Amino acid sequence: MSERLVGALRAEFGEAILDSDDHRGDHHVTVDKGRLLDVLGHLRHREGCGMLADVVGVDYPDRPERFDVIYYLRSVERPEQIWVRTRVEEGEEVPSATAHWRSADWHEREVYDLFGVPFSGHPDLRRILCHHEFEGHALRKDYPVELGQELQETEKLFSDHDVARAAHRASLAQNPEGQGDEIAATDLLTINLGPSHPAMHGCLRAECLLDGETIVDARAEIGYLHRCFEKEAEDHTWAAVMPYTDRLNYCSPMLNNVIYAEAVEKLIGVEVPERGQVIRVIVSELSRIIDHLVCVGTNLVDMGALTMYWYTFNVREAMYQIIEGLCGSRLTTNYARIGGLSHDLYPGFEEEVREKLKMLEESIHDVVKLAARNRIFLDRAVGVGAISREDAIDFGFTGPALRACGVEYDARKMHPYLGYEDYDFDIPTGEDGDTHARIMVRMAEMIQSKRIIEQALDRLPDGPINVDDASVILPPKEQVYGSIEGVMNQFKLIYEGIQVPAGTAYGFGEGGNGELGFYCISDGTGHPYRIKVRPPCFPIFGAYAHLIRGGMISDAIATLGSLNIIAGELDR
Amino acid sequence: MAIESGQSNSALTTRLQQAVNWGRKYSLWPIPYGTACCAIEFMASVSSYHDLSRYGAELVRFSPRQSDLMIVAGTISYKQAPILKTIYAQMCEPKWVIAMGVCASSGGFYKNYGTLQGTDRVIPTDMYVAGCPPTPENLFHGLMKLQDKIDRDGIVSSEDRHGARARVEG
Ligand code: SF4
Repeated sequence: MSERLVGALRAEFGEAILDSDDHRGDHHVTVDKGRLLDVLGHLRHREGCGMLADVVGVDYPDRPERFDVIYYLRSVERPEQIWVRTRVEEGEEVPSATAHWRSADWHEREVYDLFGVPFSGHPDLRRILCHHEFEGHALRKDYPVELGQELQETEKLFSDHDVARAAHRASLAQNPEGQGDEIAATDLLTINLGPSHPAMHGCLRAECLLDGETIVDARAEIGYLHRCFEKEAEDHTWAAVMPYTDRLNYCSPMLNNVIYAEAVEKLIGVEVPERGQVIRVIVSELSRIIDHLVCVGTNLVDMGALTMYWYTFNVREAMYQIIEGLCGSRLTTNYARIGGLSHDLYPGFEEEVREKLKMLEESIHDVVKLAARNRIFLDRAVGVGAISREDAIDFGFTGPALRACGVEYDARKMHPYLGYEDYDFDIPTGEDGDTHARIMVRMAEMIQSKRIIEQALDRLPDGPINVDDASVILPPKEQVYGSIEGVMNQFKLIYEGIQVPAGTAYGFGEGGNGELGFYCISDGTGHPYRIKVRPPCFPIFGAYAHLIRGGMISDAIATLGSLNIIAGELDR
Repeated sequence: MAIESGQSNSALTTRLQQAVNWGRKYSLWPIPYGTACCAIEFMASVSSYHDLSRYGAELVRFSPRQSDLMIVAGTISYKQAPILKTIYAQMCEPKWVIAMGVCASSGGFYKNYGTLQGTDRVIPTDMYVAGCPPTPENLFHGLMKLQDKIDRDGIVSSEDRHGARARVEG
């Protein structure tokens, strides 16, 4: 469907569209830098690509126009997406898309931080993942992967000047007539929520200016768990990136494994046999359930409901036992392989899963019964941290947080992969986009995941789990130990890596928190040229300061829990 | 102290040391410094099934002022390092540090521009627990090793114990 967009752009902008290409169904257009904002605005307002889902930087040191800056736009109503690329030289400015989307703020800061591409008209162009004293730009090809830079002191997010301005604004808001007491800057208390705070879920930081318990102003800061996934990926073979994906969203590693494998398979052009696909669906949905259980459980603890925590964590422990049986570890699963899976299911898997799904249903039932009409829970959750549908799209929300605002976007339905079109399931949505709606959507999604798993178990076919292609999948051990071809094959795949043909592909799926995607560029060697993760948490946390401003400090905690931000994925 | 009279100082000190260390090693108050995936396994270690408290480290405190054992669970980035240092400094003496998992011990498989190559680059570290993530059993083993170590310690502050090294590394 997305060709339509390319045609529309050519008709509207003619010469300014320098070039267009189609990488395995992903449509890219290259535009003249001077018309970039017009093109983006046109796509947004006329063509229904309402969401700026990501901005990707790529470095080609041998080209005179060294950097590609690629804007990834998508519609949340139709299965349409397009990548708008512009090319710039070292030091040349790109006009900032913050004019059109608020999500552009953080995405562009990231490109600035890691590639050193400046954006003109950006309101707050600072580093975001690396610390403020970092020198150089880490994702440039000439930056050595191991060159660390120490930091002695943490950056303050509010200057004295900012505090004074915030105090002034707060006074005006309280007494517009100019009567009554002024709030002085010294009345405001600056506190750091995080990055090491028991109530923050991981190392996230929000600096808040408080007037009493009200948050007058807040700023969020990330990068405290920046483990350089994208740089590490360029330093490894395609297959060796898999364990790193475990540690992106460590609450649902299976989903990362599977979606990463899908992305690389799209680039190679192979498809996993049906049994492999069905197993992938099962483990993905189990992982989603675990993710939601952790999120809901800890969120409720934040509101003081410890009982529900035990209910959710008991089932989670039970689910972990399945995962552990399947791949030997609970957290760092490393189960999917490019072209298949590391091994088949264990005997008795099906019965165990069915039994534990029953447990899940009971516990969800219990939690809903305890929460649904619980006065404390409702007071703490209804209307708290609410975001409107338009704002959510503007900020680039996907997943349960977007569906809680009533937008039915789910990658499994809109762009089916792994055969999701053959399963019967619903997309639960909410209305108010608040903490309550987000929790309820997650609860309902677990029931849908359970339905999917049951259907998958019913249809689980016999047959191979891996593609039959010796250039992708490691040979069976008998061959490695028994024949010279087997040894050679194993040796080449391990040392040189899978030879992925040159090209670009964006593989994505529905992660625990929303659209999780891997934008992969191969130059035909055994190593990725560039992998850009589209982490669902990143744009969502980008809206955090907006969500908590003006609210109570305790609500900030409840809101954060319901957004389910996982630092490993956020900072990569 | 009255007890002192008639006895040689050193004999008394040894006994006192034993008594104090016995008390210290079985009443550790851990503060989790959880940053990443290992923190998830730390949660499993303290909750009911595995139960860290069976080994004498019952009360998990989130305030550095109330704790004497810091368990660093997860990757420490350069951006995070100054905060780790501050929180360590806020803990009262005597205090110990366990690096849980390979990331905290040595950077693990993140040998790159963003990751601190082990907590001992910024704070004195007493025990390193291998694993990615370590199983709860592994962590308990590390804790018991630490208890042995505490048993052998003098009644001096960890600043003295680690002073020489900390000074060298600034
Ligand atoms: S040691 Fe492994 S599990 Fe622990 S924080 Fe590091 S990567 Fe995560």
